[in-house]
Amino acid sequence: MNSLEVSRLAYAYPDGTQALFGVDLTIGRGERVALLGPNGAGKTTLVMHLNGILTAGHGTVTVAGTPVRKDTLKEVRRRVGLVFQDPDDQLFMPTVRDDVAFGPANMGLTGEELERAVKGALERVGMLEAIDRPPHHLSFGQRRRVAVATVLAMEPEILVLDEPSSNLDPAARRELAEVLRSLDVTVLMVTHDLPYALELCERSLILSDGVIAADGPTRELLADTGLLAAHRLELPYGFAIPAPAEPA
Amino acid sequence: MGAGHHHQLYLPGASAVHRLPPQCKLLAAFAFAVVVVATPRERFWAFAAYALLLAAVAWAARVPPGHVLRRMAIELPFVLFAFLIPVIGLGERTTVLGLSLSVPGLWAAWNILAKATLGVVASILLAATTEPRVILLGAQRLRVPSLLVQIAMFMLRYLDVILDEMRRMRVARESRGFEARDVRQIPAVARSAGALFIRSYERGERVHLAMLSRGYSGRMPMLGEVSASAAQWGVALLLPVSALAVLGLSL
Repeated sequence: MNSLEVSRLAYAYPDGTQALFGVDLTIGRGERVALLGPNGAGKTTLVMHLNGILTAGHGTVTVAGTPVRKDTLKEVRRRVGLVFQDPDDQLFMPTVRDDVAFGPANMGLTGEELERAVKGALERVGMLEAIDRPPHHLSFGQRRRVAVATVLAMEPEILVLDEPSSNLDPAARRELAEVLRSLDVTVLMVTHDLPYALELCERSLILSDGVIAADGPTRELLADTGLLAAHRLELPYGFAIPAPAEPA
Repeated sequence: MGAGHHHQLYLPGASAVHRLPPQCKLLAAFAFAVVVVATPRERFWAFAAYALLLAAVAWAARVPPGHVLRRMAIELPFVLFAFLIPVIGLGERTTVLGLSLSVPGLWAAWNILAKATLGVVASILLAATTEPRVILLGAQRLRVPSLLVQIAMFMLRYLDVILDEMRRMRVARESRGFEARDVRQIPAVARSAGALFIRSYERGERVHLAMLSRGYSGRMPMLGEVSASAAQWGVALLLPVSALAVLGLSL
């Protein structure tokens, strides 16, 4: 079964601005996929649909076989782990422990079981020693890893990260990459950090003007300068990706 | 990051008072305050006995007097107000050190001063022996309305974030040559305050989304076991019960 299926998804904001014009995408279980696109392409709007914060104007979103609807919201939100861009938005409880426990406790875990879920999630991101600290005493990179733990604790089917590398220093960026690579979950990474996408995801999608403009191996997409330029994407200065030897 | 802002009140320790469950301490402090407020202001020695009871709690909690005294500064505005009452009060007058003071005013001032001081000291002792987040757990346990607990919790979490944002805005103003010297600069500062309000409001919306994404349905899950035994309740209620006994003897 696929982790995520989006079919003909269209959405206009209440003020009439159309953000998505029929998005189709499928992500298989265990895949790590990057969703690339310039600012304003509709990336965040798409992400908001994945766990039902916005509801589709037209089209459908299906998470592990469950369609996103009003009556399935609770189930869908457990299965889709959304990691927001600013960890201060995501970490709203007084201590790391309480924050990681928030999701599983809402799902009904208590006592021993809850403690196990919290410790397990923190261990997977290498932040177990910070369990009793208040989030604002952590570094930015540590806070982002704890933010990942808060959704991992809910055992999601798919982890959706919004600009995971933003504001990270090089070491924190590498540490987060190591954490993401070690996880055994489906990952959708929304970013315009192209080298990060290349490092972590075999497959990429380009979202441009509210539709999926390209879908293929990350290395191939990033090697196609014409394609990138057409969608306001470019590799940072000094980067070049050799074209793949054999066409896929 | 402004570290350690809100731990100024808390004094880490492992005394018997520190170890009591928060809900017991909260209720004990509240009941003590009620007894103090209910005491007729003419019973001088009862107030002295209350002060002694608090001193005993401070001693048991290993809270040094200096810690309490410094934090009593918060009471100063009320003290000033209390000192004004006898000067501007009406009714029968008496002369103290050449100053003509109103007798009912003096009584009113004493009443405010004595009761407020005892209340403030009790709160300081509560805050010195209980971490802020644990106080909130206690409040949750005592079934304080969930909305109030949540507001206090978010304040605790985001105070530093917002102060930090405020500091950044001040730096941005000053690095463009702004100096707050007199009233003419108030509009610029007021606009910053407005911007800060809007930013915080937007953050609130994003936090709400993050909460919804993790299954929030209007109620905070009960986190942390803070159950209290009958013995612990007994120890905590020693304070208000002794105070009540003093009140009973004084009547």
